[in-house]
Order: sequence, then C-alpha cells, then structure tokens
Amino acid sequence: MTLPFLIFLTLTALVLGGALAAMMLRDLIHSALALAVSLLGLAAVYLTLQAQFAGFAQVLVYVGAVAIVIVFAILLTRGSDPAGQPVFARGWPWGAAAAVAVFGVLAAGILRSPLAGTEPPAGVEAHAAEVGKHLMAEAVLPLEVTGLILTVALIGAAVIALREKVES
Amino acid sequence: MTPALSPQLTMPPLQCYLLLAAFLFSIGLAGVLVRRNAILVLIGVELMLNAANLNFIAFWRFGPHPEAMTGVLFVLFAIAVAAAEAAVGLALIIALHRHYQTVRLDRADTLRG
Amino acid sequence: MLKHWLVALAPAGVQPLFSAVISIAGVIAVFATLFALTTVAERKGLGRIQNRYGPNRVGPFGLLQPAADGLKSLTKEDLTPAAADRWVFFLAPLVLVVPAFLALSVLPMGRNMTMVDLDGGVLFFFAVGAATELSVFMAGWSSRNKYSLLGAMRAIAQMISYEVPLILSAVTAVMMAGSLSTDEIVAAQAGYTCGVPNWFVTTPWGLAGFLLFLVCAMAESNRSPFDLPEGESEIIAGYYIEYSGFKFALFFLGEYIGMFAVSGMAITLFLGGWNAPAACLDAVPSFVWFFAKLGCLIAFFIWVRGTLPRLRMDQLMNLAWKFMLPMALLNLLVAGLWRFAQPGPARWLACGAVLAGGYLTLARGLLEAGGVRGRRVYRFAE
Repeated sequence: MTLPFLIFLTLTALVLGGALAAMMLRDLIHSALALAVSLLGLAAVYLTLQAQFAGFAQVLVYVGAVAIVIVFAILLTRGSDPAGQPVFARGWPWGAAAAVAVFGVLAAGILRSPLAGTEPPAGVEAHAAEVGKHLMAEAVLPLEVTGLILTVALIGAAVIALREKVES
Repeated sequence: MTPALSPQLTMPPLQCYLLLAAFLFSIGLAGVLVRRNAILVLIGVELMLNAANLNFIAFWRFGPHPEAMTGVLFVLFAIAVAAAEAAVGLALIIALHRHYQTVRLDRADTLRG
Repeated sequence: MLKHWLVALAPAGVQPLFSAVISIAGVIAVFATLFALTTVAERKGLGRIQNRYGPNRVGPFGLLQPAADGLKSLTKEDLTPAAADRWVFFLAPLVLVVPAFLALSVLPMGRNMTMVDLDGGVLFFFAVGAATELSVFMAGWSSRNKYSLLGAMRAIAQMISYEVPLILSAVTAVMMAGSLSTDEIVAAQAGYTCGVPNWFVTTPWGLAGFLLFLVCAMAESNRSPFDLPEGESEIIAGYYIEYSGFKFALFFLGEYIGMFAVSGMAITLFLGGWNAPAACLDAVPSFVWFFAKLGCLIAFFIWVRGTLPRLRMDQLMNLAWKFMLPMALLNLLVAGLWRFAQPGPARWLACGAVLAGGYLTLARGLLEAGGVRGRRVYRFAE
C-alpha cells in the first residue's frame, strides 16, 4: 500500500465513480458534470504516468471545451421530452449483459497476458519540447491532417446546426 | 516530480491501468447500449475514447522505447479528433431536435420499414 | 532565504511537505491581502473618476473597508433558493476559487520564488483557466433562474471566444522564449540592450501581443468593459444573482484572484517578470518589481473600468472573432519574421508595417460592419 498506489486508487474511484454517475443519473446536466469530473480524474492519471503534455491537453480540450459543448447542447435541446420517462431503453438487460461480457473478456486477457510483470523503464517525461520535436519531425503529416479535420468539423458543425432560411 | 522516488519501485503495475481502462470502456459501452437520450450516448462514446487513450498512455509508459513518444502523440491526435467528432455529433443532435422535437433515439425511426 | 531558514527548523523527514506548506501559506496570505487592498483601491479609484469620494468612513481613508465587507459577508444570511439544485449550487464557488489559486502557483514572483516549477507552466495555467468556465455555468444553472442562466450563457460564450486570442498571443511569447516554463520565459527577458530592458514588450510583436493579451484578460475576468454577463445595470448580477453571504464573497474573491493570476501571467510573458527596468536597479529584491508591475496593471484595469462604456454582446463577439483572432494570428507571423530577420531598423519597419496594416484593415472592417462612417455628429439638448 505505497503512496502512489493509494493515489492511483483514489483517482480510480474518481474516474469510475464519475463515469458511472454520468451513465446512470436521470438529470442530464448532472451527467455532464459527472463526465467532467471523470475526465479530470483521467487527466490526473496521465500526470502520474509522466505524460504531462497529454494531461494538460486533456484538461484544456476535454474539460474546458468538450464538456461545455455538451452542456450547451443539453440546454438547447431540453424541454421537448415529457419528464418522468423511464431512464433506460427497452431491452436494457441485453445491453448491460453485453457490457459485462466485454469487460470479462478484456479482464481475462489482461490478467493472463505474459506482459503482467513488466517493469517500467526509467522515467521519460513527455515534455512539450520533445513532443513538439516529434510532432514536427515524424508526425507532421498526421498533424496537418488533424488540422484539416478540425477545420472541416468546425465548418460542418456550424452548417448543420444553422437554422435553415425559411422560404416564404 | 520528486526526484528521490524512483518510479520503478513504487508505480502501480501495468495491469492496474489496463483494468481501469477496460472498466471505463465497459461503462461507456453500457451507457451507449442502454440509455435512450442521444446526448448520453455521445457521452458514452467519449468515455470509450478516453479509455482507449488511457491504454495508449499506459503502454507508452511501460513499453520499450518511451523516448519515441508514440503513445503521447497518438493520444494528442485522438483528443483532437474526438473533440471534432463531439462537435459534429452535437450539431447533428441539435438539428435532429429541431426537426423531430425530441432527442430520444427510439423516436428517430421514420426509416423503419 | 527566509523560507530555507524556516524549513531547516522542521524535522528532516517532513521537510519537503513543510516547505510546500510554507510557500502555499505565504502566497495565500499575500494575495488575500492584495485582494483586500484592491477592493478598496477600486472603489476609491472609481469614486474619484466619477467625481466623488470612495469609502472613507471605516479607518483612515477607508482602508479598513475590506474588513467591514468581510464581516458583512460572513454574517449575512446564506440563502439557497428552494428550487435550486443544492449540490451544484454549493460547489460552484469552490470550483471557481480553487482553479484561480492553482493558477497562481506557476507565476514566478521573484528569483527562485516560483511555487511550482513545471516544464509546461504556461499550458498548466491555461488548462486551469479553462476549468473556471464550468463554475460559471454551474452557478448560473443551479440557481434555476432565467436571468441567471442567461447571464451564465453569455459569460461562457464570452469566455470561450476570448480564450482563443489569449492563448494565441501567449504562444507568441512562448515561441520566442523557446519554452513553456515560466521561469525560462522570464530568464529569456533578462539583460539590457543600450539601457532598454530586453522585455518582450519592447518589440513590435511583443507590444501587440501584450495589448491583445491585456484586452483578452479583461474579457476573461468579466471586467468592464466586458462585464455584460454581470453588469449591475443589465442583468442585476448575472450568474450569481441568487448567491448571498459567504458564497458571494467566494465568487468575488475568485474573480479578483483570477484577475491577479492573468495579470501575473501578462507580466511574466511580456513585461519581463521579476527583472528590473534598468541595470542599476538590480540590487532591489526581485519580488518588489513583480508586485510593482502587478500594481500598475491592476491600476490600469481599474482605470479602464471607470472610463470605458460597456460593450454589447454582438459587439463583444465581433471584436473577438473578427479583430482579435486575426490580429493574434498576424502577430504570430510577425514574431516569426522578427526572429529570422537581421537586427536593425529594417526589421522594426517591416514588422511595424505588417501590424499597422493589419490593424487598420481589420478595424476598418469592424467599423464598416457597425455602419459608422464619417465625422461624428453631436446632438445637444435644446
């Protein structure tokens, strides 16, 4: 029960608790806020794995932007479905069973794999400078393509969500 | 980070991180299959993407050649693409709401034969 | 120095923890006092600009007014509306104050006085700033009040729009210093050329970047002239209408600490951090310069608040997307040009020309959209 393991357990509780709350709560806004908490916990896990750039990028993009976009969408689409509806869809036991089965298969694979006893190599910290150098050297094509994807998504989302002009 | 502790001796083993990622993935999957509101399905998809990102970072940290930064780069691109996908998905949900006045997935069934 | 002596007093095993606790306590004490002094300075400053005295009853020149304010907030009844969402309502002020204080931790307040020396300090600062937007939404939504929600939506739209030029203008400074670490950015601005300090603000791209950063900082902290979401004459108090007592005091504290944090970042990125303005003044302790510059920036914010009228929502958004964002991108280009040109008057002229051309074109475009052209016509009451 060393300190890093305790920290890991706390963060696990945060991440999984937030995820469960996000999927099971009735109120949509509470779900979105629980998602934000879960993503924050995940960013902290990245920091414990010495991937600082990924951790900060996760907070900046997911918590600072995606969570807010989700919240805006919830606010813009509320009030249309009558309250008091059942939370889960019809046939929800099958979905839950499928998820449990997937988890069982994954856990079995993880616990039995020969990678179980790997020791982590000496610390390599993912600082912004090295990540930047790799981005510009080896990964420059994916970088440009990602920029293109983001531009297209921005324009597309704006076009889809625009109100159509009423031809009267 | 404190330089006195060497991470090899005190970091949780690789399976812990992989199990966390697997659990998160199955929670997201359960949400996608079980909830009837489209936005919650999107939240489930985001959870699954995050679980995959965690897997990447864990394997990057514990695997050979961490100085190649492959895991971190992949996660950066995955975060960017997931953000783009969330934006487009939510725009679609808003457009759906405008036409059908609902965001429940079992109502969007006009193509059913 | 003082800290090392204090830390040496503690038993050896617990020293790193003790050192951290002393730093945290010190920073909180200093910034809380600065917050108290700023509230009184703001009210007196605004009062003088508006041709009246500010508070002058409590203590000499009204300097004990913050104590009176603090007592009032602590003893006022802490209402929670019956229809409000209790947990989210309770947590919203905390979610504002904690990231604001976290952001203070990467600011270099003096030589060897950065609380946390992260290699991605600037990135951490902006990541933490992004978390404050969630708190604004939580406050606005949990009050179950139409005006409160409207204020919160406006506030979030404003904060997201101004975050982009804020980060882009910071990226210029990061690019020229070559590091995301705040200590290294300050170190890159040390030294003097012909008596003028090497601060980034003395270069054309630095000046433009500094002005952009400052305007975006004002918008991020919801300060006048960008305080539409919380203007008292507009929407009463916007997203914190339903808050009273200590929670309101926490919101107030969180906003001001956010203002200090972003001013501190402006000082670090553009004004040379804790470097002295002239070589002969190097003997003065470095934190004196940091806090002197911080004081100047706070005075500037108060001055602008008292002088400029509030911007309308569409004017706000137009300014962000049609003016600040293209200027920030142009600034990046100019910084790159500066880096690879030969030192001398030629590069000053080239960079200045690009920036001035961009400014005139974009500002002209904004004016056209507003429909204002030609000489101003005054109408006087008869």
